[in-house]
Amino acid sequence: MNALQIKKGSTKHSAYNLRPTFSDVIETHTLAVLVDNEAGVLARVIGLFSGRGYNIDSLTVAEVDHTGHLSRITIVTRGTPQVIEQIKAQLGRIVPVHEVHDLTVEGPSVERELALLKVSGDGDKRVEALRLADIFRANVVDSTLSSFVFEITGTPEKIDAFADLMRPLGLLEMARTGVAALSRGAR
Amino acid sequence: MTRQMTGAKMVVQALKDQGVDTVFGYPGGAVLPIYDEVFQQNDIRHILVRHEQGAVHAAEGYARSTGKPGVVLVTSGPGATNAVTGLADALLDSIPIVVLTGQVPTFMIGSDGFQEADTVGITRPCTKHNWLVKETDALPGVLHQAFHVATTGRPGPVLIDIPKDVQFASGTYTAPPKGSTYRYNPQVKGDMEEITELVAALETAKRPIFYTGGGVINSGPAASQLLRELVDATGAPITSTLMGLGAYPASGKNWLGMLGMHGLYEANMAMHDCDLMINIGARFDDRITGRIDAFSPNSTKAHIDIDPSSINKVIRVDIPIVGDVAHVLEDILKVWKARGRKMNREGLAKWWGKIDEWKKVDCLKFTNSAKTIKPQYALQRLEELTKGRDRYITTEVGQHQMWAAQYLTFDEPNRWMTSGGLGTMGYGFPASIGVQMAHPESLVINVAGEASWLMNMQEMGTAVQFRLPVKQFILNNERLGMVRQWQELLHGERYSHSWSEALPDFVKLAEAFGAKGILCTDPADLDDAIMEMINYDGPVIFDCLVEKHENCFPMIPSGEPHNKMLLGDASTKDAIKEGGAVLV
Repeated sequence: MNALQIKKGSTKHSAYNLRPTFSDVIETHTLAVLVDNEAGVLARVIGLFSGRGYNIDSLTVAEVDHTGHLSRITIVTRGTPQVIEQIKAQLGRIVPVHEVHDLTVEGPSVERELALLKVSGDGDKRVEALRLADIFRANVVDSTLSSFVFEITGTPEKIDAFADLMRPLGLLEMARTGVAALSRGAR
Repeated sequence: MTRQMTGAKMVVQALKDQGVDTVFGYPGGAVLPIYDEVFQQNDIRHILVRHEQGAVHAAEGYARSTGKPGVVLVTSGPGATNAVTGLADALLDSIPIVVLTGQVPTFMIGSDGFQEADTVGITRPCTKHNWLVKETDALPGVLHQAFHVATTGRPGPVLIDIPKDVQFASGTYTAPPKGSTYRYNPQVKGDMEEITELVAALETAKRPIFYTGGGVINSGPAASQLLRELVDATGAPITSTLMGLGAYPASGKNWLGMLGMHGLYEANMAMHDCDLMINIGARFDDRITGRIDAFSPNSTKAHIDIDPSSINKVIRVDIPIVGDVAHVLEDILKVWKARGRKMNREGLAKWWGKIDEWKKVDCLKFTNSAKTIKPQYALQRLEELTKGRDRYITTEVGQHQMWAAQYLTFDEPNRWMTSGGLGTMGYGFPASIGVQMAHPESLVINVAGEASWLMNMQEMGTAVQFRLPVKQFILNNERLGMVRQWQELLHGERYSHSWSEALPDFVKLAEAFGAKGILCTDPADLDDAIMEMINYDGPVIFDCLVEKHENCFPMIPSGEPHNKMLLGDASTKDAIKEGGAVLV
């Protein structure tokens, strides 16, 4: 495609990864966005995704630095490498955004999500639900004679698996927090 | 310097401290305290527009022609919503605008009060940033930061929503911070490794081309100077987008003219066939690229832009450089000179040979008429009779805009104000008012179509009230010309609602406002009529009745690449294919 030989890949000096691989494969990325904790900042981020037609698989937000008035937004999104780069650049353009980190490419990271599941049933089903909850290390946070509310923490995949098992055992409703993520190591 | 004052007084004080001399606005209930302060001072001129959209476009004209931010003051609710089109326009064209809106008092927000609208909510996607200020003490900081954000990095419109109780209450005013203490400070210096790579590519390229845009003009006069130096020293051809006209002089020897959908044949062919494309402050807009997968298929592409999100958004580039155009151009020149000013002179000579062949096509030729005024001819005469004058041109949107870009020439930046990205009909007239305010002694002409012009014709009142001698040069074809052209090419000549019925008598209209009207219908009278317009000391509506069915050429039909240009009416049959028809 190119007449001149140009090396690919980002340069070590550039703050932006401006040379994405030329791929059309849809990838899932987890982005951590550090923002000023001010009115409307979440609306700016969500408006960017809806206005430009990007996907949000999960989004969480909370203040993480009270003295610095900083909030951390964790977004799980999907797109081709070009779209992911565009999402990061567009996020970086929002004035109250301090930092944008792509945890998927910046080295190893941990991801956790919390879910609450209400399961109703009696007899064997009730016993089986409790047994499976034990295997998944889910806690019982509410109990009646005919129901449990389980609290489970883990990767989204683990929660999916647990929910799939609970469905035939009487899963009534579920609330999920969305993914929180941090890079591993001292940095 | 800190002192106690009301929020309303802070607004006026902050504007003074930011060096603002002109505000375009319209009063209303929620901004009365600020208007009261405006009344009690003489440092800032307030231009009363006739519609808030006009205020924003006027501020854009002021900003584009001076490089300084334009300032707008409007009321809550409808005042703010009327400003939205102007904000969207300024966002797409990267124009620094500071809009101040009144808001219902803080304790009424959310109660659906009279003239209440969620202004920051409505304007969030059409501003670079916006603020709702709920405490008077926070107001001066936000006001100063607003000017910083609007003018730093890629410029754009910002909005500050100020509830009425915040305007009345007293607080502590603080002067603008000295030096830049703001966290928001986009990178201006380009990466030297990338710059060196670009210079290396430039040295060996056989068919290089500079493709420049509005970013060069936004970067300031130094950027235009450096661009001229680089282009002339390297000898490479240069083309520009609609937004970038004037950064490199149209009289310069390397100038190919504008590129894009209605750009010049030689510019588009050169873009298609080049082996090195250097994009400086342009953004691969769809009016420029045509069909993406066939866009300049054999070139290495470099892109200089201060906004990282512009890079690789539409076209994947090989050499990305994030930085301010002036800073990067300076470094490119430095590196290129240090490496011995090398160019592939042999390749370049052959390249110019090819370009000269394309120029011979003479793509702007048209069939003139002795009976009716051809719009192209009207612009040729306007160009001839105003060339060399201290001239500023604004336009509305449509065929006349493209013809103006093709037939008028610009040798300096900031002389050409047009709505490029949003394509806002009704932009040109208020913009001409803003330009004339900034340049009271200059000749300011709005090249218009009759339909666009009617969209903000109420601003005649503003022009007359403030004695602004703006010239409204209306190419009147009694049609929505560009819509009509597309209906001819694409919709079987079914001209659905694309004609102007019940037009006013423009001469009488001018006179009704207390301005001068000139009607011209005969090509033989055109020169005298234009001279009469220029020499009249006051606003003029020039009603130039032109050929009704003229189409704008050359044209890249939608869905086609650069080398598939239509050069005239004979080539239009079935020019737009099924895939192209869905594009705008």
